[in-house]
Amino acid sequence: MSGMNIKFKIENLSIFCNKEQYLKNANFDISANEILGIIGPSGSGKTTFLRALNRMNELHPGFRNEGRILMDGNDIYSPDTDVIELRKKVGIVFAMPAPLPMSIYENVVYGVRLSGIHDSQKLDQLVEESLTESYLWNEVKDRLKLSGLRLSGGQQQRLCLARVLAMKPDVILLDEPCSGLDPISTSKIEDALNELKKNYTIILVTNNTKQAARVSDKTAFFLMGEMIEIGDTKKIFTSPLKKETDDYITGKFG
Amino acid sequence: MRILPKYTQRGAVVILMAATLFILLVLAFIVIFILMKGFSVLSLNFLISSPEDMGRSGGIFPTLIGSAILPILAIVIAGPLGVLTSVYLCEYTRETRITKIIRFATDCLSGIPSIIFGLFGFIFFVETLGFGWSILSGGLTLAVMVLPTIIRTSEEALRAVPQSYREVSFSLGASRWHTVKKVVLPNALPGIVTGIMLSIGRSISETAAVIFTAGSSLRLPTSLFDSTRTMAVHFYILAREGISNENAYGTAAVLIIAVLSINLIAYWTMNRFIAKRS
Repeated sequence: MSGMNIKFKIENLSIFCNKEQYLKNANFDISANEILGIIGPSGSGKTTFLRALNRMNELHPGFRNEGRILMDGNDIYSPDTDVIELRKKVGIVFAMPAPLPMSIYENVVYGVRLSGIHDSQKLDQLVEESLTESYLWNEVKDRLKLSGLRLSGGQQQRLCLARVLAMKPDVILLDEPCSGLDPISTSKIEDALNELKKNYTIILVTNNTKQAARVSDKTAFFLMGEMIEIGDTKKIFTSPLKKETDDYITGKFG
Repeated sequence: MRILPKYTQRGAVVILMAATLFILLVLAFIVIFILMKGFSVLSLNFLISSPEDMGRSGGIFPTLIGSAILPILAIVIAGPLGVLTSVYLCEYTRETRITKIIRFATDCLSGIPSIIFGLFGFIFFVETLGFGWSILSGGLTLAVMVLPTIIRTSEEALRAVPQSYREVSFSLGASRWHTVKKVVLPNALPGIVTGIMLSIGRSISETAAVIFTAGSSLRLPTSLFDSTRTMAVHFYILAREGISNENAYGTAAVLIIAVLSINLIAYWTMNRFIAKRS
């Protein structure tokens, strides 16, 4: 484990949309090659925080940040940062499975083609690799030309994961990736994540505290826009420092 | 007294079906009426020979050409312009006062009667720019006339593309233009094509805007600056001047068959396109 490397440094980060504040002065580090689970009730700022890490928030008018997010020491909101390069390095899987309306194959290579890779042998290889890593290859290897929309919800979500993996990112953001999935699909995604953390930094927002307990190395608890507590998953779930964390985990609210 | 749901349900079905049936009947009646009236003169010769004696006898070949070339010119101009405008309005600007004004203006424009466009075309293209009664003047006038329709239908089509497709594309490192090109436009294509087909239909059957700008020459045009006569204008002149009722209805029959076939072909192509993608 190389948990000593810091991937993201969050410094005094506040996020606003119009007049409303979604995140209040967050300060913490995210280690490389680990899974960080982010838990908390809905409206706690988890997703907003996640989307700040690859600058997806700014696609909607009115969003504004204060403070800094450093990735490998570089401020990702500085004018020197190329947002397209950032998004290639920090991939995201959304809550709702969202394949593009094209074939499975084309879905996987969509981002790769953008990076200028057009060699069909290379693309074929990437498709196989990524779909294997996302535990989908065996189910779709004979029908890669099928539209991604024809897959089941669980398969679609793994396709979305493969699409991100094909980009060879540093970081994978997952926004409640299993919220609409059955237990079998969920466990397949979790298996994939456990394998993937060797090579990637993974940040997993989840409404399912048990999922965070199962797969994440560290867990952060968000409440009403505040990062209440972050620590080793075992510690957060057995002896959290803050009362709010304890209440949430034991199901007293949320 | 309460009417049981199963009766209200049955009642609704009957009313809805009756309305649909009525529309179909009206359409069928018009088509059959025109075809029957024009049937006697319809022949291959009618299509490929030139009119004689002002159209009292002979065929309609030059007006076929006129009816083909004017809508084509109009769409070649208004199609790209309209689609690009709608892409700009939809994808590149946020909702501001200016976009609202543009949208309001296009809505107003599409409500203006076509004869006003004809008058405008006459004053601006024919006289001021000196294009004379010509294919160019007619095509430009029709282009101005259908532009609002193309902009609005394309805009609706673009807006109907799920926002999540755009987010996904951006999240994979795509630029806005790439997203528009690879994801948004292909998915909006059926709607955009529908708007363009509507516009072709409108320009092919347009009379008022054309007669003032493209004129009504029966000679076969050889350049964009020649005057021409479309089937719709030919029908109008034959019927109004009492030249030949048979040939007027023959022309109308050809026009209606042309419009119906264009619609059918577009419908069929679109269905194949959609089936191929999903």
